[in-house]
Amino acid sequence: MVLGACIGFAKAAAGQVAQHPAQPAAISQTALQAAQPAPTLLKESRLPLFTWILGIAIATTIFVARARGGKPPTIRRIAALEAVDEAVGRATEMGRPILFIPGIQDMDNIQTVAGITMLGRVAKTAAEYDAVIEAPTSRSLVMEAARDAVQASCLAAGRPDAFQPDRINYITDEQFGYAAYVGGKMMREKPAACFYMGCFFAESLIFAENGNAIGAIQIAGTAESSQLPFFVAACDYTLIGEEFFAASAYLSGEPDQLGTLQAQDATKLAILMFIVAGTLAATIAAVMPSADFFAKTSAFLQRAMGN
Amino acid sequence: MTLRRMIPMWIAVIGGFVMLLSAFVRPIEGIGENFADAFNVIAAIAVALGAGSLLKVNLSKISRREAGWGFAGVILITFAITLIVGLLKIGVHPSHDFPAALFSGKQETADSPFGWLYEYAMVPLTSTMFALLAFYVASAAFRAFRAKNVEAVLLLVTAFIVLLGRTFAGVVLTGWLPDWASGLRFENLSVYVMQVFNTAGNRAIIIGIALGVAATSLRILLGVDRSWMGGGDSA
Repeated sequence: MVLGACIGFAKAAAGQVAQHPAQPAAISQTALQAAQPAPTLLKESRLPLFTWILGIAIATTIFVARARGGKPPTIRRIAALEAVDEAVGRATEMGRPILFIPGIQDMDNIQTVAGITMLGRVAKTAAEYDAVIEAPTSRSLVMEAARDAVQASCLAAGRPDAFQPDRINYITDEQFGYAAYVGGKMMREKPAACFYMGCFFAESLIFAENGNAIGAIQIAGTAESSQLPFFVAACDYTLIGEEFFAASAYLSGEPDQLGTLQAQDATKLAILMFIVAGTLAATIAAVMPSADFFAKTSAFLQRAMGN
Repeated sequence: MTLRRMIPMWIAVIGGFVMLLSAFVRPIEGIGENFADAFNVIAAIAVALGAGSLLKVNLSKISRREAGWGFAGVILITFAITLIVGLLKIGVHPSHDFPAALFSGKQETADSPFGWLYEYAMVPLTSTMFALLAFYVASAAFRAFRAKNVEAVLLLVTAFIVLLGRTFAGVVLTGWLPDWASGLRFENLSVYVMQVFNTAGNRAIIIGIALGVAATSLRILLGVDRSWMGGGDSA
């Protein structure tokens, strides 16, 4: 990272030095440019966001160190995650497969990464229970990542023979083509448990309603707020927004990962305090226009929140 | 940790930090874009893996006469037709700028066979699937709006107000209310519910999601969470 930045600086500097002897006429222009204020290292418009991310990083470091020191946080029970074992067990008892859909976006989407993490966890439980897991994907890279995750999980469960690569296959990048395939597969094969973990759009309801129609136990998780109502209406359990991202830490039970959840909560508390203080300041400034202090405070807090 | 797990982890850590910093630090703006380009190149190469998987799975389904093997045949035939017509630019006239070059024409135009396939096969099929959503919404709403308990009744009443407020029926039903009580008209109540209660709840969820994204990204970048590579392995 530092090396890359150094190379960037070096290239920029080299470019300027090389141009000067070859273009003497440009010297006056260069002098003019030098008279103007030099651009800062950081983008000013993104400074509040940078400060927040830095704050989250510092909080994460503190709480991870605290958890390592023997003070792991207590995490509230998340019903959807508690139900993972139940869903896999049900599929095993019924002798039917488990269907896992890791969303319809590529690996550059953090929701897909979180979905693959969950797939690894579910696959490990499935391998321990000797249940079959199927994961049709809508992106080639996701297929490869999913295969790697499931293979590693089967190895970790001591069941390398449970890994069946052909059960994790690529279908199509086309949103509704993929939805049609998954819907048809559900109706034909009637999986006992369906997991929808990742980034979903309009196809979310097609999956969830088909799963409901075949009587499968359904667990969903997404950060797409527009699709959450559909999952809540049609699935047995839904991981709402941040719960979806907390799933990996929750299931691992590792103090390090639980520490990051505590940092997340601490940041949320800070944001809440900013919102309450900003609302109060803006309200008082509106009621009493002469109170300059509150107007300035409100403006400062708005800038701090990135507005 | 084995090299098989260490190399992807370090690629993720270095790539992730550079991408993150390139959003804020001016001198390394371009490096972030380079990483994004590298991802696109890898994704393009992976298409071949996807196509290979598609062929293998569907051919084995046909050979074993599995349930729905006929659909596998349809997939393979349509895949082959689209691939041949698209790659060989069948029926595409050379571009006006380069009339001598055989493959210079654009295949996306509606008069080309590839464009025809898209316009008259792909688009209607996609629209059909999208149209099915109307029925799925109806069946999901029927279950969600059953007045089983207090919360469900509140949901039902709110949905009733919003639905009526967004149709002409709402205007007709409460249009007679005088101006001083205009806030109680369905169309105004609907706006109030959506702008105040819905926005407040939605923003709370979005703040949680944003923090979740940041925390998850940091867990991966700091190497605390390595379970995305499978095996349930963390720090």
